[in-house]
Amino acid sequence: MAVTVEQMAEEMYEMIKEAMGKKSFKATDLTKAMIAKYGEGEVSKDDCKHAIRILIDSGRCVYSYFGGSFITLPHKEGAANE
Amino acid sequence: MADETKKTPKLDELEKGPWPSFVKEIKQARKVNTMCDDLLGQLETSYEEKKGHWKHGGIVGVMGYGGGVIGRYSDMPEKFPKVAHFHTMRVNQPAGWFYTSKALRTLCDIWDRHGSGLTNMHGSTGDIVFLGTKTDELEPCFAELTKEGFDLGGSGSVMRTPSACVGQARCEWACYDTMKLCYDLTQTYQDELHRPAFPYKFKFKCAGCPNDCVASIARSDMSIIGTWKDSIQQDDAAVAEYAKKGMDIQKDVCDNCPTKCMSWDGKKLTIENHECVRCMHCINVMPKALRPGKERGATILIGAKAPIIQGAMLSSVLIPFVPAAELLDTIKELTSRIWDFWSEYGKNRERIGELIQRVGMANFLDAIGLDPVPEMVSAPRDNPYIYFKKEE
Repeated sequence: MAVTVEQMAEEMYEMIKEAMGKKSFKATDLTKAMIAKYGEGEVSKDDCKHAIRILIDSGRCVYSYFGGSFITLPHKEGAANE
Repeated sequence: MADETKKTPKLDELEKGPWPSFVKEIKQARKVNTMCDDLLGQLETSYEEKKGHWKHGGIVGVMGYGGGVIGRYSDMPEKFPKVAHFHTMRVNQPAGWFYTSKALRTLCDIWDRHGSGLTNMHGSTGDIVFLGTKTDELEPCFAELTKEGFDLGGSGSVMRTPSACVGQARCEWACYDTMKLCYDLTQTYQDELHRPAFPYKFKFKCAGCPNDCVASIARSDMSIIGTWKDSIQQDDAAVAEYAKKGMDIQKDVCDNCPTKCMSWDGKKLTIENHECVRCMHCINVMPKALRPGKERGATILIGAKAPIIQGAMLSSVLIPFVPAAELLDTIKELTSRIWDFWSEYGKNRERIGELIQRVGMANFLDAIGLDPVPEMVSAPRDNPYIYFKKEE
């Protein structure tokens, strides 16, 4: 594997961070982006799944729901009451 | 405890009549939990103004999970502070919805400590639904639930909590062990249940026989409906007994058979089993005389959904018969191919049935490596999606 799962997690994090407020990514979007970048033979869907897991379990990213489920950076909930 | 309870003249109307009333239940609950009083107050306001006052939360949940909590906030928090947060938690129900009274008490005690005390047993997904808690209570509640052996169910773009009828635990018609299959699916797909990775929701429902008590054919993306391959088991003496006791077998059984595969000459009931479509009508009417055959298994169907983005759809046959012993392995193999295709080509919020409709069943079958079979056709000349090549 040309790229480690940790490196992919970092790249996914950068993608999410850069697009924050403009575009939301689903898990499949991140997976497709990594496979497009490194090639199907180099990274598998399972590798991408593990990379996403690293981001979520570390708390660097969270799941959000807006019609469908997306992966985003932790932020204050717009609808939340103090 | 609330000293002064809110006046709810409109809601009070819903307490009248002989049927159960959710208003009555919430009023009972407000004696021990003040959240319920504000809940009634806000609901009364909604009835007065003909307007909902809930806001949808998007990121509340428990650490690591992307489902199981549905965020709700009041848009009138100053007026109804006790329901400023009113999140729902979905708890994975036991297969077949069997509980000990101890388990039910445990669940209720946990919810009394961390939420409104109000439950919905069960939501349409089958989950135990805990109605109304604050963000700060989510993690402690989850910790107590897991300590007692419970887990959250699914919400969002995940595999939703699989559900099953009571199956062989109580029902003599069950053609396979629905509860075991439901449990196995739940354990196999823990990641898919808790970590959203799909274009939209995906539901499994396991029905033990074609009576389909869990409405899988209407409500699940993949319906697993018990059936049999051989002939209906028939006890002629018991048929005669039904006739002797006054049952009009011609009118009540034969005339209601959708394929007219049965005939009654006044003494003997004859079934043309190759014409039977497993509707269960005759078996339901004469349970002592007729039973499903001995070669049992299930039909796997795909694509049902309730109306959300598009209208309601019923699922259609994908694999006509899988022997009971091979069900889990077959479903796992099939599901992996279906999810791969759906993840690749499904649009955001597109259910698998809608994707099949968009790309065509023939392309879908080709993509998942299944050959078309006659059972996929609902009626002769009625199905436009399968084309045979000239050489065939």
